[in-house]
Amino acid sequence: MSDTVTRLMALAARRFKADAAKLRAEADFFETLGIDSVQALELLSELELEFDVEIPDYELQGVKTFTALAERIDKRR
Amino acid sequence: MLDLSRLTCLGEALRDSTIAFQSSVALLEADRKRENGRWTYREVRGEAERVAARLQQGGFGPGDRCAILLSNQARWLLSGIGALWAGATIVPLDYKLTAAEQAALLVHARPRVLVTEYTTWRTLLRERLSGLDALRVLVTEAPEKADLGRAERWEEAAATPFRYVQRCRADVACIVYSSGTGGTPKGCMLTHDNYLEQAQVLGRLFPMEEGERYFSILPTNHAIDFMCGFLLPLLFGGSVVHQRTLRPEFIEWTMQRYRVTHMAVVPLLLKALERRIRERLEDLPDLQRSLVEGLIAANEALTMKAPNHALSARLLKPVHDKFGGRLRLLFAGGAFVDRTTAEFFYRLGLPVVIGYGLTEAGTVVTVNDLKPFRPDTVGRPVPGTEIELRDANASGVGEVWVRGRTVMRGYLDAPELTAEALVDGWLRTGDLGTIDASGHLKLVGRTKNMIVTEGGKNIYPEDLEAAFEEVDGCRESCVFAANFIWPTGKMTDEELVLVVRPEEDGDADGFVGELRARNRRLADFKRLSGYVVWRREFPRTASMKVKRQELARQLAAETERARALRPLGEA
Repeated sequence: MSDTVTRLMALAARRFKADAAKLRAEADFFETLGIDSVQALELLSELELEFDVEIPDYELQGVKTFTALAERIDKRR
Repeated sequence: MLDLSRLTCLGEALRDSTIAFQSSVALLEADRKRENGRWTYREVRGEAERVAARLQQGGFGPGDRCAILLSNQARWLLSGIGALWAGATIVPLDYKLTAAEQAALLVHARPRVLVTEYTTWRTLLRERLSGLDALRVLVTEAPEKADLGRAERWEEAAATPFRYVQRCRADVACIVYSSGTGGTPKGCMLTHDNYLEQAQVLGRLFPMEEGERYFSILPTNHAIDFMCGFLLPLLFGGSVVHQRTLRPEFIEWTMQRYRVTHMAVVPLLLKALERRIRERLEDLPDLQRSLVEGLIAANEALTMKAPNHALSARLLKPVHDKFGGRLRLLFAGGAFVDRTTAEFFYRLGLPVVIGYGLTEAGTVVTVNDLKPFRPDTVGRPVPGTEIELRDANASGVGEVWVRGRTVMRGYLDAPELTAEALVDGWLRTGDLGTIDASGHLKLVGRTKNMIVTEGGKNIYPEDLEAAFEEVDGCRESCVFAANFIWPTGKMTDEELVLVVRPEEDGDADGFVGELRARNRRLADFKRLSGYVVWRREFPRTASMKVKRQELARQLAAETERARALRPLGEA
């Protein structure tokens, strides 16, 4: 598992008060975290701070798993 | 506001407004915490004329279709006005759909020109755009050295002069898709008369003044934003504020920076804003929180009969300042607002205008006038629109039928669907309601097997069934709106469920993992929330179609929602 995925899941767990140990990289983060699309956008803002990149909203289109989101982040770093 | 009754088409109305309000700011665009650009009415006129001329230089003529597939931004409106001035019928498309869904709607609408953003065009190019070889494409904001394929840059100057094209009231101004990401696309044909009539009525009910600002965050292809976030502000001399991101923290910045006065939201976003306010209230020290709660109670008592923005903004200044201090009205649309959320905002002095509308009816059918605020109803019919309840039962619940000048002409290339929806000059809505003594409509359910999500999207269960076909161990399956089987009398918390019939002697445990995996592959707003196991053969017609009404009736008679439903989310 890449360092980005690990950091991403830790941050998501903290933000949405989920048990980090139960998150899986391939899981659908909307369901695992129980969040809606607006909350997912809020998560993007925190990821920008964490990884020091700018991620436009459209990067979230069609992305559902932590792994896929991590790939989008890595592409911009 | 312009007197629209004298005008014959939207292009003419917008041409008059760009002349009347010349130096006022028409468009403002923000991206994150910075301004991207601003355009006065005079500049809008120049840009829209350039776009119109660009369309015309390709031989574009009256009635030709121009599809607009852009996120919320100034170029959407500049292209829309330009297209209207070139005599176009606009086809607004949803930028949030998948590329395959967008391509399917383009094939259905057969536009002559598509205006889209570079990022969207790149994605579309990966789809096979068969049947669209003749489509001319104008792409906005492409990087300098980008390979655009056969597309042209939107920003280029026109090679030929602009010629204004006048249309008639009866001509189709827009084809707006109210659904159609599966099944037969429903492209509502709305005329210039439909729009001018609706704009005139809404303009009287909710007047806007020069200098006031509408924040456009619902997609502009959506009927509500097209009316409230495009036509109305520009016909009033107001400004439209766009923003490239929907993140709540940037939304707040933009509202403060531009001192937004009007905004339309879907329930999903309203809840996100509520959550942020509640979190902040909870973080306050006890004493301060009690003080704010006291002020909220005082505001509630003082605005019992009607909203008083000036008073509320003074009493609850810190809360109002978060929204820029001038926010007067929040229009809630697209789906049904939870009454506790509407009440929460009203108590803060931020009235949520709850209404009811359909794209087929030219946006708004009924609306609350806020005198007094009634979160329990969707209001009374707007002037010029009639509603009737048909086939009402003993409790007064009947199907809502609508008649008036704003009702669409029909669905594009779908005479059967049109004949089902338009009967003797009335629009059948498929929604169930009651009307109280004061004429307020209350919605209690649907006759249709469909849901509207909190994000304002219409989802038809039939469109999702292909995703659950041929699952090992499952003989047959069928998707339903849960409220269609077990009506709750409420229009919030709508959900979709899958009815499955396992192989003889088998159970669903063997294939529920597969169902979950397939459910996950759907876009988040389309996902099913649960499944029901059904042991008998589905009733079918002679042509083997599931008799949905009959199956729903059997399920309702023999099962209980809470006991029968099992979750389809992550195990």
